[in-house]
Amino acid sequence: MASASSPVIKDAKVLMVGAGGIGCELLKTLALSGFSDIHIIDMDTIEVSNLNRQFLFRQSHVGQSKAKVARDAVLKFRPKINITSYHANVKDPDFDVDFFKEFNVVLNGLDNLDARRHVNRLCLAADVPLVESGTTGFLGQVTVHVKGRTECYECQPKPAPKTYPVCTITSTPSKFVHCIVWAKELLFSKLFGDKNQDNDLNVRSSDAASSSKNVDDIFEHNNDEDITQYGRRIFDHVFGYNIELALSNEETWKNRNRPKPIYSKDVLSDDFAKQNGNLDNDNACSDGLSVSAMSSLGMKNPQDVWSLRENSRILLEALRLFFTKREKEIGNLSFDKDDQLAVEFVTAAANIRAASFGIPLHSLFEAKGIAGNIVHAVATTNAVIAGLIVIEAIKVLKNDVNKYRMTYCLEHPSRNLLLMPVEPFEPNKSCYVCSESPVLLEINTNRSKLKDVVEKIIKAKLGMNLPLIMNASNLLYEAGDIEEDMVAIYDANLEKVLAELPSPVTGGTMLTVEDFQQELKCNINIKHREEFDEEKEPDGMVLSGWTQPASAEETKDKSVSNGANTSDAPTAAESENDDDIGIVSPVKKRKLPDDSNKPNTDDAKHQKQLQVIDDEDDLVMLDGNLDGFKKRRVS
Amino acid sequence: MDGDGEELTAQETALYDRQIRVWGADAQRRLSKAHVLVYGMKGTISEFCKNIVLAGVGSLTLIDDRLVTEEVLSSNFLIPPDEDVYGGKTIAELCCDSLKDFNPMVRVFVEKGDLSSFDVEFFSKFDVVVVSCCSRSAKKLANEKCRKASKRVAFYTVDCRDSSGEIFVDLQDYKYSKKKNEETIECHLKYPSFEDALSVPWRAFHRRMSKLYFAMRVIEKFEEAEGRSAGDVSEADLSNVLKLKKELCTAQSLNESHVPDTLLERLVADTTEFPPVCAVIGGILGQEVIKAISGKGDPIKNFFYFDASDGKGVIEDISDSNAGK
Ligand SMILES: [Zn+2]
Repeated sequence: MASASSPVIKDAKVLMVGAGGIGCELLKTLALSGFSDIHIIDMDTIEVSNLNRQFLFRQSHVGQSKAKVARDAVLKFRPKINITSYHANVKDPDFDVDFFKEFNVVLNGLDNLDARRHVNRLCLAADVPLVESGTTGFLGQVTVHVKGRTECYECQPKPAPKTYPVCTITSTPSKFVHCIVWAKELLFSKLFGDKNQDNDLNVRSSDAASSSKNVDDIFEHNNDEDITQYGRRIFDHVFGYNIELALSNEETWKNRNRPKPIYSKDVLSDDFAKQNGNLDNDNACSDGLSVSAMSSLGMKNPQDVWSLRENSRILLEALRLFFTKREKEIGNLSFDKDDQLAVEFVTAAANIRAASFGIPLHSLFEAKGIAGNIVHAVATTNAVIAGLIVIEAIKVLKNDVNKYRMTYCLEHPSRNLLLMPVEPFEPNKSCYVCSESPVLLEINTNRSKLKDVVEKIIKAKLGMNLPLIMNASNLLYEAGDIEEDMVAIYDANLEKVLAELPSPVTGGTMLTVEDFQQELKCNINIKHREEFDEEKEPDGMVLSGWTQPASAEETKDKSVSNGANTSDAPTAAESENDDDIGIVSPVKKRKLPDDSNKPNTDDAKHQKQLQVIDDEDDLVMLDGNLDGFKKRRVS
Repeated sequence: MDGDGEELTAQETALYDRQIRVWGADAQRRLSKAHVLVYGMKGTISEFCKNIVLAGVGSLTLIDDRLVTEEVLSSNFLIPPDEDVYGGKTIAELCCDSLKDFNPMVRVFVEKGDLSSFDVEFFSKFDVVVVSCCSRSAKKLANEKCRKASKRVAFYTVDCRDSSGEIFVDLQDYKYSKKKNEETIECHLKYPSFEDALSVPWRAFHRRMSKLYFAMRVIEKFEEAEGRSAGDVSEADLSNVLKLKKELCTAQSLNESHVPDTLLERLVADTTEFPPVCAVIGGILGQEVIKAISGKGDPIKNFFYFDASDGKGVIEDISDSNAGK
């Protein structure tokens, strides 16, 4: 390959994005390989659950910047090289196209789709090669993206985050994940989150008179009310009364198992209140995040599946602890997988609901994984992937175009290959990111507001950060640092339906959307459509236009369970060609980001649809279309 | 839950959270009781040690009595390049200091001595033995001793040259179960010893057999014949290595094109490890050892090759039962 003293390596200026699982391994391998000008960006701080694989970090570093600690750790064994760390979000405006242009290659070790897309756009705009990577459990991949030569990270559409229809969550859960989403997004937010936020907890069916004020009052804690009484009142309301009410809607249960209402008196003994009253002392020395219902009830093993009674006790105890130990935070809380008490509350609530609907109960450990969208991760895969990234980076620096490979790290060998190299694809000619191809938006222009288009399409789907929207030469909207008088005009525009904008947007209109930070411009052709299917098209609009491979379309329909599907074995495809690297197995769509995959809460807030970022989402993947593969390979 | 029912502590559950989600609490318990021995600490073994210390094995014992040289420093991130620190200490001692720091729950020890000086009883203390940087006969001997132990000792060899690497696996009689479409299947693999695997005639192989297998054997044989230590070859030896290759191919009735001169040239001319390949091979080896200890997942049987020049990571089954395939 190339030795450490090679100028191609020594003189290269490299940008690493992410100092997590892959990042730690990558920084170490780059340094050992002779790279001597490395810049590393990461906004995260170190957590205990990182320590089992992010080997540059120690217990004493918990809470500190990953980028900085990683830098210091590597400088200990390579003191003479230059490493520059940035404890910052790669989406910060400081990291603009000019910043990216300084580098010879960009290496991604990221954990979320959003940042990956952003970096992809900046690399395209700056014309800097990108080596992209991801891992989940024993699976991993490395891909190379060079403008004009290979496909960009977004040439193949990424599956959208898994969402669940509101009524499945509020009325007819059939899987444990539905109960988790209910507990986390509805019950938890209702009790401890922002009171002004829309919440579907009481929406059961369209005919229920649920919008009345007094329903909301149920969840209010009266100042003079005993906290245990309050807890039992909430319990009886959501697990008892609400289920009874739902049962009264016979239509719903024709083809479904009828749930069973659960009241606190049925599962808890009468002396429960007394027991709980004595628990205060156990938590004497507790600071915020270490308060735990499990420890105050003497339950130790997070792997245990609790009984219905145990779940009920945990639920009430967790609620009590929130109101007594963390009262100040109530009203501002959102679910955080590292918040023990929140995880306990959500686990217990999800389990009680699961019991009601005849769904198997789960341990706190499992529930935490589902609720926190925790991605499975091991050190070995990260080490392998980091090695492969450096190998590709060196090829890119040597401009060894014919040797570029995408490499897949498999759990089960395919044709005795455990590491499978594949020739990269050509750019997708209809990719709206790298080929300026327009997209099509079907929308009801008499009903949908500009705001909906900005939030649900331009930000959520097209991944723009600070968009500017033009209709022909008329400016409709611009985000970011703008003059005050314009802000008022844009705010007014956001609230208008498309057809009533100063320059009306109707069927046949072409909108131009631009993000100056990403240097990305995209045209949206508008097609008016009257009706949308509430279940299948909950946004009330449909975006299409970039080529959807047939197989991608197929997998879209299959909803994938949230979580555990990481061990899908790719199926092997035989090829006549004996010794060729380009032989490809159709690897199933899989997700491969490392680390905790933070759900995009900003988007979730604005969406009626309840959102859980699924384990299957956020990745680049091969699809099963072998023909497509061969055709699009770079020759 | 099988195992002996001991539960993981809260500290272990918190630290190992992400990997327990991959292989389960039971596998984690088994890991925490396993004892691993490594011999010969170059870059690849350092990577491997980091991986299994992070994974949380019970103990790790290191053997490498050499003192630090420039070459050692170049591929080993466990040794700080500061003479005040490394002066007077052996490589194993230095690596031990760093590895202990990676995971306070793993005990790391140092033993001294040449591989051939350890007896069966010594090897019996371990569940896994990994050897590197030693001659073909030393590997054979260590493998035989592991096989004579009263309980199963999983045996591995690993070596990297230039931008490629090789792993050999001997799990003897290995039974494990796996889930396939809801069903649990019992699997049984029989591994040959290092000696038996190497004695499988070359003409018995399938025609796409990794060229690295042959190349590694040629160089190994050369080093042994010349009385050199492992890795002690240079460009000056190339013509003799090529001559040996010719002889071996003739003796084994193998077409010489299966062992390209260019490949041998690469491996002979540059014996220093290439750090990205150390990461790849050390990662795969770590994964294999974790599989063997936990009984989860299909283990490699019985050779693995990676070459950065084509990017393939290939498994080859070289055993009598497989001959003629
Ligand atoms: Zn593209």
